[in-house]
Amino acid sequence: MTEDATKNEPSPNQPKLNQIVSAIESHVGQDALIDHYINKLSKDVPTIVANPNTYYSIAKLLRYDEQLNFAYLSELHGTDFETHMEIYVHLHSFNMNQSVALKVKLDRAAPVIPSLVPLWPGANWPECEAYDLLGIDFREHPDLKRILLGDDWKGYPLRKDYQPYDVEV
Amino acid sequence: MIKDLLHSAPSLLNFGIYFGLAVLLLFVVLGFVTYGILSERKIMGFMQLRIGPNQIGGKWGLLQTVADVLKLLIKEDTIPKKADRPLYILAPVIAFAPAFMVLATLPFTDAFQFADIGVGLLYYVAISGISTIGIVTAGWASNNKYSLIGGMRAAAQMISYEIPLVMSLVGIVLLTGSLNLNDIVAAQEKVWFIFLQPIAFIIFMIASVAELNRVPFDLPEAESELVAGYHVEYSGFRWAFFMLSEYVYMFAMATLTTVLFLGGWNSIPFLDFIPQAIWFGLKFSAVFYILVWIRVTFPRLRADQLMEFGWKVLLPVALANIFLTAIIKEIVNLF
Amino acid sequence: MLRTEEMLLNVGPQHPSTHGVFRLVIKIDGEIIKEATPVIGYLHRGTEKLAENLQYTQIIPYTDRLDYLAAMTNNYVLCHAVETMMAIEVPDRAEYLRVIAMELGRVASHLVWWGTYLLDIGATSPFLYAFREREMIVNLLTELSGARLTFNYMRVGGVKWDAPEGWIEKVAEFVPYMREQLAGYHELVTGNEIFVNRVKGVGIYTKEEALQYSLSGANLRCTGVKWDLRKNEPYSIYDRFTFDVPTREEGDAFSRYHCRMEEIEESLKILEQAVVQFPEGPILAKVPKIIKVPKGEAFVRIESPRGEIGCYIASEGKKEPYRLKFRRPSFYNLQILPKLLEGENMANLITILGAIDIVLGEVDG
Repeated sequence: MTEDATKNEPSPNQPKLNQIVSAIESHVGQDALIDHYINKLSKDVPTIVANPNTYYSIAKLLRYDEQLNFAYLSELHGTDFETHMEIYVHLHSFNMNQSVALKVKLDRAAPVIPSLVPLWPGANWPECEAYDLLGIDFREHPDLKRILLGDDWKGYPLRKDYQPYDVEV
Repeated sequence: MIKDLLHSAPSLLNFGIYFGLAVLLLFVVLGFVTYGILSERKIMGFMQLRIGPNQIGGKWGLLQTVADVLKLLIKEDTIPKKADRPLYILAPVIAFAPAFMVLATLPFTDAFQFADIGVGLLYYVAISGISTIGIVTAGWASNNKYSLIGGMRAAAQMISYEIPLVMSLVGIVLLTGSLNLNDIVAAQEKVWFIFLQPIAFIIFMIASVAELNRVPFDLPEAESELVAGYHVEYSGFRWAFFMLSEYVYMFAMATLTTVLFLGGWNSIPFLDFIPQAIWFGLKFSAVFYILVWIRVTFPRLRADQLMEFGWKVLLPVALANIFLTAIIKEIVNLF
Repeated sequence: MLRTEEMLLNVGPQHPSTHGVFRLVIKIDGEIIKEATPVIGYLHRGTEKLAENLQYTQIIPYTDRLDYLAAMTNNYVLCHAVETMMAIEVPDRAEYLRVIAMELGRVASHLVWWGTYLLDIGATSPFLYAFREREMIVNLLTELSGARLTFNYMRVGGVKWDAPEGWIEKVAEFVPYMREQLAGYHELVTGNEIFVNRVKGVGIYTKEEALQYSLSGANLRCTGVKWDLRKNEPYSIYDRFTFDVPTREEGDAFSRYHCRMEEIEESLKILEQAVVQFPEGPILAKVPKIIKVPKGEAFVRIESPRGEIGCYIASEGKKEPYRLKFRRPSFYNLQILPKLLEGENMANLITILGAIDIVLGEVDG
């Protein structure tokens, strides 16, 4: 995907991505981001891939920085990419009138990541959903529970290696 | 005839006559309830772009309610395991019996009345209050939280609205000088009390809708909040008792409104060749229609707003109405 | 001071006012709610899991079952996501048909909300009036798609069927009729003292809270945030129409009511213009027989009647999506409920829940 961005002419969102990236690099650290690019497939949304260690600090910066001020969490979900787990967070800033996709790759064997609920209370249920269906553990989540499936459900259905527990159905 | 019976010595024959009359009245009332429900459904259908009952008993669904009641009769009688059994069984009876008892004093025409007692008005108000006990009992005995809330709401609401209801009638009593319903009708031969006591009429209408637990005051059984309120656990004929008592009260309340405010069976001038019974029927139907109309039009009040409205608006206005009536009466007397 | 015992009350999953199988466990002290815990998932069908084994066109009928009151927007969001990734130019006529269908769906959805909300508050008639008008829309959409509720109408690159003869004229006739009825609705309900007392000042939240809790749609606009994706991130052909985004400042149930009622009017404006502009032409773009989305991922969001509905696709370049995820507005909107209910009167529970406007098919996915 990074290749796509460089192949064609620069996206109109490139300056905004640069602004976000420079803000992160100056406030959180040079190596805070693993990658950043414009996702041409997704309406040119600036996409930044965070380090699991810096994920929360980056989110906090995006949320509270006066210029950036990504006050609205539009979407949060997880994906099992077999080699790793990924969290995809779609944020929107009314200040910049711009969305940003914040991604973080997790270790598939032990997917643990800080919860975003302290920053956006709206992340509460989506994180529960990711926990419920993918088994991602959100640390410091106020009430992490199996929100859609029952408490007694075995396994995490959206994992690619999920075997239905009740084989007869 | 009733008076003679009351004064005669008790005997088996007397009992038989009483019993026969009571059964007769029961059937008259049930007949009304049957067609009252049907007409309510028809009017509601007409107002809500529906047809209403149209299958059983011809194209007007004339036997629909009969079929409904029959269905209720043959339904399985369920009593929740953890319910307070004796109270649970008793509650529908407590709720229904007073509804039937109040009918005894209501005059339909000057000849058609069962008991012409001196304090007919007070009798009505006092007896109808007993039904509340039945509803609270039902709410408690069902051992269901929704029905308990419904029962408590019913108690609070009925007590709160009984007061303005009675207060609004004091004006009429002042003007007539009697609590006897026949005297009250006689006093309206020239002018109906709706014109002399318009404020009282409005208060009475509102309070009576609240007493009847109908929209917009149907909180005890607020379907969308309490599922069905106090009778949520009842089924079959026990439930039918609650429903019947509700409609019998509706019948009684419409009759009382007619008697107290619309001149009972008195005709309007120059039209007195029309029989009294028909006059009464017409006025009664008008009141009934308005009750249905209110039900179709309004949303429901909230419990606290209901209480506030009863105590802070209706009661003071009713009291003011009494003073006003008394003062005007004195002034008129002076000249 | 009189002390009363706290009572645990289960509202639902079978309860007339939870609009489906939604359960709310509330602790009440008298009639005051101390704590509310929503329990969801009774209607979870694993749409996202199922989609991983289906081709894109096969997924479309599943989207109908998410928000079953406005299935057209669900159809659209999936097609839109695929089209965005494959960079398909959708023919004009198809876009117009889609917009007309979606806006009709929006009106129908708001009508159902209006009717059921009034039913929750205890008025029975508005429900039937709303359904009279909704029935007309449903008939229109049936003529277009062949289904009453689960339309399965849109395809990647366009729509399945062209509008039948005379259909556009019927839509044009419907608009003034609906306006007239809407005026009647306001006369019957909006000014009603009892209704206003029930909803005014109930379930208030601020602009900041609305944003924090990721609310969208009328739930967000009622606090004064002028945010409508049709306007702010124009997709499809919404930039060709003039319409307004109704907002209110109060943030209570009554303001949500106003926002939705005015949205109906705005949708009618869009319909009016779309009918006039309606072009000739093909209804389906040239798309490969078997749709293979290029490798990568995309997230698109559009404005559904309930708020922001989004679709995320991660593709490996196969016929099936590697991961499909819907951002379901009702799911996000419902999160604020426990906060709103705390300390409220029990009778307000229904008013507050109803004003959020949830569809359980969407909450549970």
